[in-house]
Amino acid sequence: MAAAARHRPERLKNSIPVGTFRLIARLDIKGPNLIKGVHLEGLRVIGDPQEHARRYYEAGADELIYMDVVASLYGRNNLTDIVRYTAENVFIPLTVGGGIRSIDDVRLLLRSGADKIALNTAAIGRPELISEIAGRFGSQCVVVSIEAKRRPGGHGWECLTDNGREHSSLDVVAWAERAVKLGAGEILLTSIDQEGTRKGFDIELIRAVNSVVTIPVIASGGMGSVDHLVAAAHDGGADAVAMADILHYKRSDLPAIRAAARAAGLPVRTLA
Amino acid sequence: MSRKVVVVDYGIGNLLSVTRALARVGADAALSNSPNEVGAADRVILPGVGAFGDGMAGLAAAGLTDTVKRYADRGRPFLGICLGMQMMLDTSMEFGSHAGLGLIAGTVVPVPTTTSDNKPHKIPHIGWNRLTPAGDSWNSTILEGLSDDRDTYFVHSFMADPTDPAHRLADCDYNGRRVSAVIRRDHLYGCQFHPEKSGPVGLRILQSFVAL
Repeated sequence: MAAAARHRPERLKNSIPVGTFRLIARLDIKGPNLIKGVHLEGLRVIGDPQEHARRYYEAGADELIYMDVVASLYGRNNLTDIVRYTAENVFIPLTVGGGIRSIDDVRLLLRSGADKIALNTAAIGRPELISEIAGRFGSQCVVVSIEAKRRPGGHGWECLTDNGREHSSLDVVAWAERAVKLGAGEILLTSIDQEGTRKGFDIELIRAVNSVVTIPVIASGGMGSVDHLVAAAHDGGADAVAMADILHYKRSDLPAIRAAARAAGLPVRTLA
Repeated sequence: MSRKVVVVDYGIGNLLSVTRALARVGADAALSNSPNEVGAADRVILPGVGAFGDGMAGLAAAGLTDTVKRYADRGRPFLGICLGMQMMLDTSMEFGSHAGLGLIAGTVVPVPTTTSDNKPHKIPHIGWNRLTPAGDSWNSTILEGLSDDRDTYFVHSFMADPTDPAHRLADCDYNGRRVSAVIRRDHLYGCQFHPEKSGPVGLRILQSFVAL
């Protein structure tokens, strides 16, 4: 009987009620390549997605997101093989998005090793798809991906589709609220204005969405430093951040980001 | 003679990840929906995500409900993961009342929608949380030898509430709310978190399960 080992869980250091804060590596994929753009445009090839996925896993990423950035254009997700190989070496949650349109698409990706799927274009076209997938596979596997672009004159944000190529005229905050009602389990919130700029997350956007939803919000787009991550959590209320540029260009690494996040009081996972 | 680990395939969940993780720790593991193979296994893992009623219906449709119950009665190790853990209990309150497998006495209840300070918090509970001892020693269990780096990945909206506190082996803390993380009765184990998605810590737990 190891009664001595019994102890109280550590208290969260910050006053905001958040669960354990997640550090997610986001890998945008075009064809066989890991790529990175600015404002989701001007894509540059970074390298081999699986090699990067494995490196980020070993460096302590809490989750990975794979996004097929041209899938909606071609009407299909191309990532099945990449996902299957990744699942051999990577034992953390894997979210896959891009071009997912049907229950069959979801089933194939889940059977290939994905844990969650991210929906944008097809869900905006037919919102019931969120409910259908949540009903069949559970809300926990439905991430609604929102590509948000600021409207001119401070009139909120518009949802874009097809990896930022098309307008939908939908208001981001209203869509987020609806997505939750339809059964979304998480929101991946990408600021197109900030994406790839290294100038920090769109805190107002995160706060606006977070104030109307009860599910976790993953902030994406613009992380240039750990200060930006801390602001997304403390000022925006984000539950996780998706990082790309800062990792791909090796401007920092996951152990350093984790240590700095912990030092700032965020409840991040403990690693050996 | 290597131990045959069977992962019950009843059409629910990311089964590939469970078998890949078992392969990584050197287990002789296979997916199966055959009552004979499940019945003859040395170790059985019941995975699962999604709604409780669907999970039980899927198991029944595959003709595996009684097979799993009989297996569990025969003294060989069993591990339910996430929904598979919740299905080990008597009943669930998720979308109406549903009967479970009744392997461990208790019910499945919603994760509280507020923190212990009565502030709203996020549901589903998604993230990495620290396993903390809930009662019995972890010696000779699937948690033996875990040290400070024992955060595992949770994603759930409901949780197990075993009737007998002695069946709680580990808990985690979600904003002051106590969540049952590992339950145990003899050789029967349930994990609310996903060991196959919890990095090296999760792999170690699976390895310990295979080695029981």
